Amino acid sequence: MRDVGIVSFAQSNALREVRNEVEILLPVVKEAVKQSGLARTEIDFTCSGSSDFLQGQPFAFVMALDGVGAWPPIKESHVEMDGAWALYEAWVKIQTGEVESALIYSFGKTSPGDLAEVLALQLDPYCVTQLWPDADSVAGIQARLYLSRARKSERDLAEVAARSRRDARANPHAVAKGDFDVEKLLAEPYRTSPLRDHDCPTNSDGATAMVIAAGDLARELAKRPVWIRGIDHRIDPPALGVRDLTRAPSAQIAASKAGVGRDKIDFAELDAPYSHQELILCEALGLRPDVRINPSGGSLCTRALFSCGLNRIGDAFARIASGDGDRAVAHATQGHCLQQNLVCVLEGE
Amino acid sequence: MANLCGVIGIGQTKYDAKRIDVSMPGLLREAALRALEDAQLTFADIDAVVIGKAPDMFEGVMLPENYLADAIGATGKPLLRVHTAGSVGGSTANVAISLIQAGLHERVLTIGWEKQSESNAMWGLSLSPPFSVAVVAGAGGYFAPLIHAYIERSGAPEDTGIRTALKDRQNALKNPYAHLQIPDIDFDKIANSPMLWDPIRYLESCPSSDGACAMVLATEKLAERAPTPPAWVHAMAMRSEPNQFPGRDAVNPAAGRKAAADLYKQGRISNPRKEIDCAEIYVPFSWFEAMWMENLGFAPENEGWKMVYEGATALDGDLPVNMSGGVLSSNAIGASGMIRYAEAAMQVRGQAGEHQVDGARKTLGHAYGGGSQYFSMCLFGKDKP
Repeated sequence: MRDVGIVSFAQSNALREVRNEVEILLPVVKEAVKQSGLARTEIDFTCSGSSDFLQGQPFAFVMALDGVGAWPPIKESHVEMDGAWALYEAWVKIQTGEVESALIYSFGKTSPGDLAEVLALQLDPYCVTQLWPDADSVAGIQARLYLSRARKSERDLAEVAARSRRDARANPHAVAKGDFDVEKLLAEPYRTSPLRDHDCPTNSDGATAMVIAAGDLARELAKRPVWIRGIDHRIDPPALGVRDLTRAPSAQIAASKAGVGRDKIDFAELDAPYSHQELILCEALGLRPDVRINPSGGSLCTRALFSCGLNRIGDAFARIASGDGDRAVAHATQGHCLQQNLVCVLEGE
Repeated sequence: MANLCGVIGIGQTKYDAKRIDVSMPGLLREAALRALEDAQLTFADIDAVVIGKAPDMFEGVMLPENYLADAIGATGKPLLRVHTAGSVGGSTANVAISLIQAGLHERVLTIGWEKQSESNAMWGLSLSPPFSVAVVAGAGGYFAPLIHAYIERSGAPEDTGIRTALKDRQNALKNPYAHLQIPDIDFDKIANSPMLWDPIRYLESCPSSDGACAMVLATEKLAERAPTPPAWVHAMAMRSEPNQFPGRDAVNPAAGRKAAADLYKQGRISNPRKEIDCAEIYVPFSWFEAMWMENLGFAPENEGWKMVYEGATALDGDLPVNMSGGVLSSNAIGASGMIRYAEAAMQVRGQAGEHQVDGARKTLGHAYGGGSQYFSMCLFGKDKP
């Protein structure tokens, strides 16, 4: 395997925006490219992640390409997935030896449509979508099963939320943040039992961009390159009644392949949009209780779909690059109830 | 230097307007199981799956591969979903090939598919999006002006498109998987078919199809041992350019020319017309064969139409093109690019049956998408590179 390092990352202030996707994305791409020290035309490969259904438009990524700039013509690809998988494709491309550097970006705007309705379209189209189950209720089924299997309580969930929001105070890009008393949170009504508002993601609009480079180039570009020591992704079956919703076997395989257990982990950035999913993931990834989880506040506090997975990896990069920790796990998820998971291990030079 | 990759299994569904005999999982399994059978493997032998399709609106399912995961044997494995507009079938295969080239996996399954009958592609292409104006013209309405520009600059005779369509429709009669098979097809039938988007007539257009195409890719060591000799990947290339800016040549796009130049350089091809035995290229509207002949360097600028006119691209010509009947005969959009690759690979493996080109040793698969701005291509060989 070739050494591949992250050299720069930028993200938007994730709010419910009046700007369109391209307008949100452009300054972010510009910033990541500027920080990398390379000119856009010096970057060998470009890969992006986004969703047509979220934008309500076919070929959502085509307009983005016009904005990002692709002249003279570039080597470029796009995944209909979170940007974390675009990072994976770019990492593969560097592994083939064909390219030395790559720009990765992703964007997602959850505000224009009815997200509950949109996400129901991810379920079995013949038997389930017609019932229009909203995503929070589907997650609620998982949460209920998990609490009973793991002998956890709604208080455990509220503690995840309170800690995340407290940590998010230091993150200028986070949306839901502040000091919250667990007792007061538990006094709130259910959104969908056993989940309350604080257990569900704060949806937002956002974009992220990252530049990665192979070994020597990464060393040349970054003061402290952050190496991708391992990266892997796996998927579980879709049907909610088929798999054990209280576990994430695909995350467990990905973590093992990415080498999570090989050395001490300082902190983890997990793409856990619901509070109980953080607990499921910690178990699947085999993280010890002393590992700090989601110092950024995580996807519970700020979720721009299709961008938030890459955002977790970018947040982990930024923390290590600033010297706050040496080795971290970053994670991204897709689909309902943690169906598909990507795990990577990052390590500072 | 990247590791070698061979295509060791190929499977296609029967293409049709409405495959109501199968669900989406059934459609993908039909292609995947045929590809696995060709390679004498099962799902258990596959390390990773790479899926491609065009916009999710074409079925009305968001990220359908998540729903399809277990049906295509991806449980517990890496599953990637590529989407690069019309070129997606090609670029999906490119991504899958790169997994082998990078040395990450030994066997990869890749599938391109579309089940247009689940939704409506014209609707899918004509939504009224927030912040912008809907075109409501479909793909034909978009590409017709580019064809007019080509006719203007090349002086091509006006029946060039009809001749291309006739050749492809005759070839389709030799391909059991082809969607449109019109036994009594002739020049007049095409010429007299309704004008849809001037100068594109009904029978000069691709159909809307349901279908899937799958390939099994393997490392050099495993490909050498495959039950049927593999198609070796000699080179592959992708290029993209923006849709709109002043001075862009959308008729003969730079991205296509650059991708072809890159491909030939990697494949050590100095005279593509001579050294490539046949090609499957993405021609959704008849005139694009002549246009892409130039873009791909098979003909000098403004002379691509002559290849059509002289019969050079016919099944018995010096550079047969779209022996399978092409996109004009089967257009399951997300599969169309991969079908080009698969058909090109079948030629070097001697699997093309009635539309086989004798002695094909080096072949080209090509796809494009967006507003003629996304290009992916692959060069296959009977021998190792």
